Amino acid sequence: MAFDKSEVEKVAQLARLHMSESDVDEVAARITDILALIDQMQSVDTESVEPLAHPLDMTQRLRPDVATEPNRRDELQQLAPETEDGLFLVPKVIE
Amino acid sequence: MEWEAVIGLEVHVSLSTQSKLFSGTASIFGADPNTEANIFDLAMPGTLPVLNEEALRMAVKFGLSIDAEIGKRSVFDRKNYFYPDLPKGYQVTQLDFPTVGKGSLTINLEDGSERVIGVTRAHIEENAGKSLHEDFHGMSGIDLNRSGEPLLEIVSEPEIRNATEAVAYLKKLHAIVRYLDISDAIMAQGSMRCDVNVSIRPKGETELGTRTELKNINSFRFVEKAINSEIQRQQDLLEDGGKVVQETRRYDAERDTSSPMRSKEFANDYRYFPEPDLLPVEIDDTYIEAVRATLPELPDARKARFVSEYSLSDYDAGVLTASREMAEYFEAVAKASGDAKLAANWVTGDLQALLNKNNWELTQSPIQADRLSVLIKRIIDNTISGKIAKTVFDAMLEDSASVDEIITAKGLKQVTDNGAIESLVDEVIANNPEQVQQFRDGKEQVLGYLVGQAMKLSQGKANPGQVNQMLREKMK
Amino acid sequence: MIEKTVAELYSALNSGEISSVELTQAYLDRINRYNETLNAFITVSDESALSKAKQADALRAKGDSSPLLGIPLAHKDIFCTEGVKTTCGSKILHNFISPYDATVVTRFNDAGAVMLGKTNMDEFAMGSSNETSYFGPVRNPWDTERVPGGSSGGSAAAVAADLCAMATGTDTGGSIRQPAAFCGVTGFKPSYGRISRWGMIAFASSLDQAGPICKSAEDAALMLNAMAGLDTKDSTSADVDVEDYTAGLDNSLEGLRIGLPRQHFAEGLSADVEQAVRDALRVYEKLGAELVDIDLPNNHLSVSAYYVVAPAEASANLSRFDGVRYGYRCEDPVDLEDMYKRTRSEGFGEEVKRRIMVGTYALSAGFYDAYYRKAQKIRRLIKNDFDAAFKDVDIIIGPTSPHTAFKLGAKTDPVAMYLEDIYTIAVNLAGLPGMSVPVGLADGLPVGMHMVASDFAEAKLLNVAHQFQKNTDWHRQRATAFTEGQ
Repeated sequence: MAFDKSEVEKVAQLARLHMSESDVDEVAARITDILALIDQMQSVDTESVEPLAHPLDMTQRLRPDVATEPNRRDELQQLAPETEDGLFLVPKVIE
Repeated sequence: MEWEAVIGLEVHVSLSTQSKLFSGTASIFGADPNTEANIFDLAMPGTLPVLNEEALRMAVKFGLSIDAEIGKRSVFDRKNYFYPDLPKGYQVTQLDFPTVGKGSLTINLEDGSERVIGVTRAHIEENAGKSLHEDFHGMSGIDLNRSGEPLLEIVSEPEIRNATEAVAYLKKLHAIVRYLDISDAIMAQGSMRCDVNVSIRPKGETELGTRTELKNINSFRFVEKAINSEIQRQQDLLEDGGKVVQETRRYDAERDTSSPMRSKEFANDYRYFPEPDLLPVEIDDTYIEAVRATLPELPDARKARFVSEYSLSDYDAGVLTASREMAEYFEAVAKASGDAKLAANWVTGDLQALLNKNNWELTQSPIQADRLSVLIKRIIDNTISGKIAKTVFDAMLEDSASVDEIITAKGLKQVTDNGAIESLVDEVIANNPEQVQQFRDGKEQVLGYLVGQAMKLSQGKANPGQVNQMLREKMK
Repeated sequence: MIEKTVAELYSALNSGEISSVELTQAYLDRINRYNETLNAFITVSDESALSKAKQADALRAKGDSSPLLGIPLAHKDIFCTEGVKTTCGSKILHNFISPYDATVVTRFNDAGAVMLGKTNMDEFAMGSSNETSYFGPVRNPWDTERVPGGSSGGSAAAVAADLCAMATGTDTGGSIRQPAAFCGVTGFKPSYGRISRWGMIAFASSLDQAGPICKSAEDAALMLNAMAGLDTKDSTSADVDVEDYTAGLDNSLEGLRIGLPRQHFAEGLSADVEQAVRDALRVYEKLGAELVDIDLPNNHLSVSAYYVVAPAEASANLSRFDGVRYGYRCEDPVDLEDMYKRTRSEGFGEEVKRRIMVGTYALSAGFYDAYYRKAQKIRRLIKNDFDAAFKDVDIIIGPTSPHTAFKLGAKTDPVAMYLEDIYTIAVNLAGLPGMSVPVGLADGLPVGMHMVASDFAEAKLLNVAHQFQKNTDWHRQRATAFTEGQ
């Protein structure tokens, strides 16, 4: 399946990756090769096969409803690019 | 042309757990920004989710309360999109295998009629944080306290036909989750939120019209207004030969109009896939039955019981069971006072008027059930009349003293002393010879006037029954 | 002393032949001397290492003789270490000081091990040569013009050059086993769920598994004893009893049935690698094992399925790197979209972006069934192949990689790089335990033998590997350029 320029742009937008005009062709070509590798699996009939999402045949464990995590705001916000009044700052969110 | 609306609601309620859905961070409304956002909630690399057992239990409890199918195997999925209030870049939700499947609930309409509305599903998911738009030198602030709070999203079938039904449906859901004690469901605080899908079609048509989704509605009243305004908008559009566009619209309550949201926001492709950090949740019949055993009496059952146990009218029982707090308040008053009928009258009458007037929640009322019960008891034991009771009730708003202290202090105690009443009656007979004669001539109606005169003389404190009886005797 | 196995160092520490401080200093000296060449470490924590070593010596003086007490180790920089830079080999985390410890890190701390520092790796563990690291490639101690393999290349090179006694790694498609093979060390990938993933920066959640990279199977057992076990912070951590993995190391291999997948001894396998593995198999025959040819008919689809599942999960796992709460943020974003796109494009390297693109595409509307769901079905077929094989044999053996370490820059085509993991990837898709042990040299470069056991049969795998190492000394071979001072 060919992965063309418009697909590159669409997928890059979904993934929030910047794609410069000069990179698009290269990226499209690489991904087309990868998709060719992936498409080898299309040769097998899997009609009646149950998908396996996870290697573990287990079920979800539950956690008691107890608040155990302390407030570490000041320490954790040291890691953030920009904060003010306890908030993380980002370029204006337009709704 | 006559049109018919088809409405479906997606209601999010925040589950009132102590900690978040997938982390042990506290989940309490109103904390300082980001003080309830620890490493998992901030999506620090390497952190992993573990499901809160209480959130699951609450979802199952809700499912059982609407007779829904309970998913014995539910699966969490990732819903991918970028937004600064969504730390992981995906929301964990349940797509194909929700915890709660098909169920239904009965809505009660103003005219006393009922309708059953289907619930398609209810699934557990994470809440997002909050973007604060006040200007931080051209930037927005992100508060992630709410991020990761457990939500239950309840999706109705498109079986609602008008705004009134939509509100009745919401009120019923509100009552149910509060009865179940699984959510505060306060729309103004966002712990209950509602998105509305609206389409219209010519009456009699079976195909569905193109629908729009209304977001950002934060009160029952606005739900009603938003739906009516959207139905009207679609109707105008179609009658002018236009077409409804499938889109998400934001309702502006102040201007009572809606406008389309930026198309970019929902031209999104969410790329759902099973959340690999969580495993399928499996519950068995033993679990389900154990949860069922904890179900409280629900609004419909309680209403029926109030009708049979307290001989209330359907209407009164409906009003009294509309909220869990009201029902519990009433029942406490009825039991303590020993007179359910009087209790119902007071609760639906004076108390309700008081709450409405001040826009109070029941919990904010200065007159709690114990005090109202004493007041009613004093009516029953003839300490005061029903009319004086209203004066006492008003005084109780200002004065936190006991009912009896207020009655004594204000000298409102009913006069029951035979001697005192006799002198009142004598005075009335002496002052109204004409009316006395009329009564003696067989004109029974005059008695009411004479009793009124005596009550007036006593400033309302005389026992009207005694006055009545003594007047009759004296005028024989 | 620095070339010794953990088991041997344990005796030396206990007998007082050497102290942990001396041992730690010896490794720090070597790191200081050789890291510039090898680039195996991103961060070296000398001060905390020496203070931890001092504590260990004090504890030993008080009679504590825990197996890993005072043993110096290195952690792959994918494990979060509180107060220590944790980069995952990426620019996007180049300044990230983790606010917490991974469970693996906590467990080694509790066992008294001494952390020397954090090892280099392919960015977000995406790579088979360690060339995708933001911090530059790691070099193979056996030939510094060659790659050490990846993604745990820093850990493998550090162990191979005796810059530490043992190291941690992670393996999503071969990232412990292939570098272990290329560097001539022992690498062990346990069953999925055996070791907690809490604090291990996620690449592909349903495939990632931590494990030891060390100098012998016995050391792997000692490390696994510390690492394995239920962790309630990781929902996918298995509630399966942990055995003492050293207990069965000396079990006899008489009657052991070894399966040799025809698909792993076929076209594409270099002759010298095959020869070394066949020679090793003869050792097993002498130990009483029986060799049986088996089929893994869907093995050839494993790379295809993997390059859907892993990028799909990764595309979501890496969405959190958005420049909002931690890590790199681009300069002067003009708006929110610009911040997201430039932060991520400048912060991630080419291979990471490529995989995010592939994963995003595979999950996008209209392609889910053809890619993601199809890959999950192939995954089932691959698991079924192994289940069927293990009905007949106890262990499956083949080569770890089709050839020995290749030259830096030799593989520029991503697809060619992906095929490096052709023998190892199926094991991750099925969640099974697998390991690589050195079985010889080809043209002076180490050859790794790949061994796979059934679910949670770690002890069996270690037993089989240990018996080989007891009867051979390939695991003691060292690259001569780095043997000075031993």
